[in-house]
Amino acid sequence: MSKLDSKIPDGALEQKWTSYRSTVPLVNPANKRNLEILVVGSGLAGSSVAATLAEMGYKVKVFCFQDSARRAHSIAAQGGINAAKNYQNDGDSVYRLFYDTIKGGDYRSREANVYRLAEVSGNIIDQCVAQGVPLAREYGGLLSNRSFGGTQVQRTFYAAGQTGQQLLLGAYSALQRQVGLGSIQMYTRHEMLELVTIDGVARGIIARNLITGELEKHFGHAVLLCTGGYGNVFFLSTNAMGSNATAAWKANKKGAFFANPCYTQIHPTCIPVSGDHQSKLTLMSESLRNDGRIWVPKKKEDAEAIRAGKKKARDLAEDDRDYYLERRYPAFGNLVPRDVASRAAKERCDAGFGVNATGQAVFLDFQYNMKEKYGRSEAKKLDIANPTDAQLKELGKNVIKEKYGNLFDMYKQITGVDPYEEPMQIYPAVHYTMGGLWVDYNLMTTVPGLYSLGEANFSDHGANRLGASALMQGLADGYFIIPYTIGAYLNTEVSRMSAEKAKADSIDKLKTQHPAFDEALKNTQAHIDKLLSINGTKSVDHFHKKLGKVMWEKCGMARNANGLKEAIEEIRAIREEFWKDLRVTGTANEYNPELEKAGRVADFLELGELMCMDALQRNESCGGHFREEYQTSEGEAQRDDANYSYVAAWENKGNGQFELHKEILEFKAIKVAQRSYK
Amino acid sequence: MSSGNMNLTLKIWRQKNVSTAGKMVSYQVTDISPDMSFLEMLDVLNEQLIQKNEEPIAFDHDCREGICGMCSLYINGRPHGPGSGITTCQLHMRSFKDGDTIIIEPWRAKAFPVIKDLVVDRSAFDRIIAKGGFISVNTGSAQDANNLPIPKHDADEAFNSAACIGCGACVAACVNSSAMLFVSAKVSQLSLLPQGQPERKQRALDMVHQMDVEGFGSCSNTGACEAECPKGISIENIARLNREYLIASLTEKEPKKGSGDN
Repeated sequence: MSKLDSKIPDGALEQKWTSYRSTVPLVNPANKRNLEILVVGSGLAGSSVAATLAEMGYKVKVFCFQDSARRAHSIAAQGGINAAKNYQNDGDSVYRLFYDTIKGGDYRSREANVYRLAEVSGNIIDQCVAQGVPLAREYGGLLSNRSFGGTQVQRTFYAAGQTGQQLLLGAYSALQRQVGLGSIQMYTRHEMLELVTIDGVARGIIARNLITGELEKHFGHAVLLCTGGYGNVFFLSTNAMGSNATAAWKANKKGAFFANPCYTQIHPTCIPVSGDHQSKLTLMSESLRNDGRIWVPKKKEDAEAIRAGKKKARDLAEDDRDYYLERRYPAFGNLVPRDVASRAAKERCDAGFGVNATGQAVFLDFQYNMKEKYGRSEAKKLDIANPTDAQLKELGKNVIKEKYGNLFDMYKQITGVDPYEEPMQIYPAVHYTMGGLWVDYNLMTTVPGLYSLGEANFSDHGANRLGASALMQGLADGYFIIPYTIGAYLNTEVSRMSAEKAKADSIDKLKTQHPAFDEALKNTQAHIDKLLSINGTKSVDHFHKKLGKVMWEKCGMARNANGLKEAIEEIRAIREEFWKDLRVTGTANEYNPELEKAGRVADFLELGELMCMDALQRNESCGGHFREEYQTSEGEAQRDDANYSYVAAWENKGNGQFELHKEILEFKAIKVAQRSYK
Repeated sequence: MSSGNMNLTLKIWRQKNVSTAGKMVSYQVTDISPDMSFLEMLDVLNEQLIQKNEEPIAFDHDCREGICGMCSLYINGRPHGPGSGITTCQLHMRSFKDGDTIIIEPWRAKAFPVIKDLVVDRSAFDRIIAKGGFISVNTGSAQDANNLPIPKHDADEAFNSAACIGCGACVAACVNSSAMLFVSAKVSQLSLLPQGQPERKQRALDMVHQMDVEGFGSCSNTGACEAECPKGISIENIARLNREYLIASLTEKEPKKGSGDN
């Protein structure tokens, strides 16, 4: 029997959320004050849910490992946030956003969840504008939009290349307002190291105060994990250095199933790796593909000459360039979804057409739009009859600067090359993880009382996320979904509390005095002591880099059964070496970043193996999961709907054993088809 | 490809914790590549220290792409080091020469106590925001976003102020350790927008009050904050805050102790 009940409400797709929302049990205001909620993570999902629940009257505690809630990695999202507003009158609708998201996810997400996401998307924009988030505007004073990959409408709202920053600061300000009012207690520089369950129900967490090293017990009637994705398994990714999977992984060990861990998004436009010293990779926003054309040389000898530094991009005539996305996908061109664009780049580089010293890069070129699109239109505005090439460039450059100035500056700062003159060189990099903790329609995991929001859950993006949809999902979960759905559970907590009122040793009276908290604290302490007592010879980073290399080569953009089997063996060997030869300097009772990293990498070493296991069992290609054995004659991903139209949810049985549970996906509103962007 | 040819002497502030005195300690690093970021250079040093079983240097960092505001460092007497418009994580070693001596210190300000080595406590900024750096709008009560047209110029100007990353370089750069640029950026963003009008005066009073409580110094218009701000936040914001504060003091009733109630 499957243990998975997705709790999708009955009724027509368009009515599910509206009618569920109107009938979900409410918690009365007096009881809300007695209910404590722990929110772990302070990104878009965490900040928005914490602020909203506090506004509603719940007692909220928020934990983040950074020194302020405002630093969470949502801050780094550049391009934008989708919403089905149809402000551009280009035919957008809730249905179309829903359809694009399901198709973009290669038919591996839940219809009901995605439809709800599309439905609330418009409210998010309203809420953010009301908070004073300065989204980009047109001269008429109304909001501006742009296009992102996988869509043919303009529904992406943005704030220059800093959309995540502005949205997070909006949610952060709402959070800080509640901190000021005493409704939220904020625990910065705290890291959750264990989930506390009593009789299988989430009752709290063990958190480490990162400054003093002290382990703290915190009780909650519900625990919300808003802890982001696990892309740092790969060591090199666009994630922040501290982004980690520890909270989600500890939850998995306590009974929360982990869904679709193999679905990793490799973003097509990142700055290529420059050397072994590299600590992270930097994204160049997908919005650049609105105006940048991607190409490699048509002839191998040109590619070789460029790699050797004998030729430059500008030396190649138009006819000698292969705009391979425009060639292969004429309908979507440079705006194909991320998985498609990434694989196409890899295909060209593997075939020997890559352009930087390592051969692992393609060009992202703005010259055409700079001169022909913007330069000509500006010249027209200024009544310049026969503009020279230099004039066109100068005029167009100003427009490009206004749109992407900060990204161009960032590129120049990192590479030392001026992208207004030379095309950018880009290559795919790990960016986002679609997999995460399995959640039902209420966003509750398989552990009662434990919820997961934002990138930390698996819910809405299937096997591939569309650009500008992560911000949408994080804020949808936090502002507009959990505040309703959590009532269904907390209402039962209220009943339980009143039934157990007379009980002297009720959970509500004991709270962190309950023996389960001491037990959890003891185990956490033992784990830390173990890490510190190995006294080996290799640093945490040594093992992390080793793991990352295996993951990137064998569980990255393309996977095959043999490689995955090898990877599993290699990861096990690295893990064994880690526990024998790790060196963590310093002690447990002080600020000790090496110890923090050690704990996170210990968890990555287990999760990485599960990712490979998941990729191995999925004998098909879909979205970000590309199995080389399963492709069409044209090299596109070949799904196997008859056998793999399910969510793979992994139960952790301890000692490295996992049991696979399947949630079958049913498509009623949408006709499942081979994904085509041609 | 990984290693380069730069050899450097680093003089770094080491301090065990807030209650222990700190001191400058010298280190040598070799084979540094000009393509490394400054923080990657410190990673190399830390790896060396771990190999020698010494404690690595603690420094704050997270996104490493110049937006989270977590990294700090006072490098050769300048917040975020040489160069303008960048954070420390965006500073690359090509800005230095082989043989250079580089002096690395934490932010120095009374309101930013040192936690360890180069890591300081900037929670004072959060407490200032909690006093008024918001618009009091609960989730779910917003009207359609396009019902409120905002002139592009105002929106752009608000965005420019909102670009602050809260890193604290302005405080570190200032001889008085004033937080005026930080506070004024938030006050400006919200007072430039129609949504921010209802709480405009109270906000200015409350945020300035909290800034004083936290022990930040006064502004004496040296302009060092603007010069060192990695996001180019203009000192015009401070002029605007002064106007906002003056008008609010003259026209608003008693400043409330805690503001922002529903």
